[in-house]
Amino acid sequence: MSDGTMDRVARATPTKVARKIRGLSDRAIAWIFVAPTIFLLLAINIFPLIWTIQLSFTNYRANRVGREVKNIGLRNYERILTDSDIWLNMQATAHFLFWTIFFQVLIGFTLAYLINKNFRGSPFWTTVIVLPMMLSPAVVGNFWKFLYQPQIGLFNYIVSFFTGKDPSSFEMLGQVNLAPWSIVIVDTWMWTPFVMLICLAGLRSIPDYIYEAAEIDRASKLRQFFTITIPMVLPFLMLAVLFRGIENFKMFDLVVQLTGGGPGSTTELTSINLKREAFEKWRTGYASAYAIILFVTVFGLASIYVKALNNVKER
Amino acid sequence: MSAHAINAPSARQKWVAGSLVILYALVTMIPLAWIMITGFKSPADAISYPPKVVFEPTLEGYVNLFTTRTRQTQEFLENNPPQNWADEIVRQYDMVIVGPSKFGERFLNSVIIGFGSTFLSVFLGTLAAYAFSRFKIPLADDLLFFILSTRMMPPIAVAIPIFLMYRNLGLSDTHLGMILLYTAVNISLAVWLLKGFIDEIPREYEEAALIDGYTRFQAFYKVVLPQAATGIASTAIFCLIFAWNEYAFAVLLTSATAQTAPPFIPTIIGIGGLDWPAIAAAATIFLLPVMIFTILLRKHLLRGITFGAVRK
Repeated sequence: MSDGTMDRVARATPTKVARKIRGLSDRAIAWIFVAPTIFLLLAINIFPLIWTIQLSFTNYRANRVGREVKNIGLRNYERILTDSDIWLNMQATAHFLFWTIFFQVLIGFTLAYLINKNFRGSPFWTTVIVLPMMLSPAVVGNFWKFLYQPQIGLFNYIVSFFTGKDPSSFEMLGQVNLAPWSIVIVDTWMWTPFVMLICLAGLRSIPDYIYEAAEIDRASKLRQFFTITIPMVLPFLMLAVLFRGIENFKMFDLVVQLTGGGPGSTTELTSINLKREAFEKWRTGYASAYAIILFVTVFGLASIYVKALNNVKER
Repeated sequence: MSAHAINAPSARQKWVAGSLVILYALVTMIPLAWIMITGFKSPADAISYPPKVVFEPTLEGYVNLFTTRTRQTQEFLENNPPQNWADEIVRQYDMVIVGPSKFGERFLNSVIIGFGSTFLSVFLGTLAAYAFSRFKIPLADDLLFFILSTRMMPPIAVAIPIFLMYRNLGLSDTHLGMILLYTAVNISLAVWLLKGFIDEIPREYEEAALIDGYTRFQAFYKVVLPQAATGIASTAIFCLIFAWNEYAFAVLLTSATAQTAPPFIPTIIGIGGLDWPAIAAAATIFLLPVMIFTILLRKHLLRGITFGAVRK
């Protein structure tokens, strides 16, 4: 170690410079290390956020460069909050959020519970199950569109195989009553492993002696499940729900590739609607106000949820 | 779980649990397997009813993915015999290969932007994480939360001002612009994960080094970095996967020069509509590296997907 590159560099460096570098206090190093990150976030996250807030009070349209930009106060916000179409998008988002989380928690927890029995080969099968969630959502959405094709698609074929229905009698992506479920199915397929992994960590964190103590007290298996397993896994499960909630509130890529928001606007989640306003209709000011409303909603809901989560953890 | 535990699952329980999990795993693999199979089908087989499981494999999808082709007259085809196997495949449609498709470029863009942003976010993230882990930084918790909260914005919402900003700065549809943007998105993940990994390295190691006459920087560079190598590697893979998979920013901010593969793949057109075998081939090529990385990462997977909130 005594003749490493660093030492040779150190010897070759003029003493003045060397003293400068050696003399850097911990505090200086701390700031030098943190500064680039903070700077990048300020430039690419905070500055744009402030700009969005400012734009949200104007009638700016990004596709008309020379046009005079007028300050219109809270008009954009008023229009959004009283627009019934936007409430329909919010409902579509809520439907998507509720059912994806419901199925993912149900299936994810069950799988974790089963994997925790440590059967032979369980690590291998866990890795297999995890694969879908690491893939590109846009590409996944795109190939599920292929699976969902009426007549030729594998999904319709399998459903008809088991139910005897004609495979061209229903269109998962084309029918108003089925499309909202088509996106729930794909999201559940993709993200159940996420909930499963977190639940598995929760199950594995429960020390054996608790069950042993319960066994000595002659608590039934069912009782053990509800008084030990569930409460101990709950904080983990809630964390999983938080992550899925935030992610699915922002959902864009998967659904845009699958349905593009259609048919009509049945699967037009808020992000897709926002994209239409901002980059197709070019109502930049209006879309900025919309973006702020969404951000405040996520942030508000997430903060309340985190409080609840901390309460559960402390219990 | 030891074999002596009272609540150890019985052999029968294990058997039932195993069968159910394996059943789920097999069902969940069907869509992926199907898309990989489709890549080796001819366009006619890909859209046949009932869906064909047994078929004659062909590399047509892959040839179509990587080339552009034009239709030619019989005369031209007779005078110019096929040059290679790929040529022969397209001849069945009276076509000839006239050049490479854009897929190669788009894939390369994904590689450049993916690795560029991963390098930057891990580099900056390691420095910041070290500082957060070892030094007293005023308002450290608030700063860390601020770094995390930047992930809560829907990408489309962030894209509006970024679009305007990049238009003014001339960064639209450039590699640099996308690298910076993905770095900004990934850095929160990098800082949170790396802080967790560095927190786990005992401070005593550095303190010993400092006593031996190392400077703080040398201690960081020679003691902490090697110890954190696995953590840094897995963080890098997570950043790479994110940048690789990203679609929303890519579709809004790039159109040609810097367009990555995800916005491009769904637009691959063949004769009379989407060329499903070529799309499937593209998806296979694009998804395979991520699957391999996932298998390599399996030990740190949980940490990565929960921003280090859950450590096994």
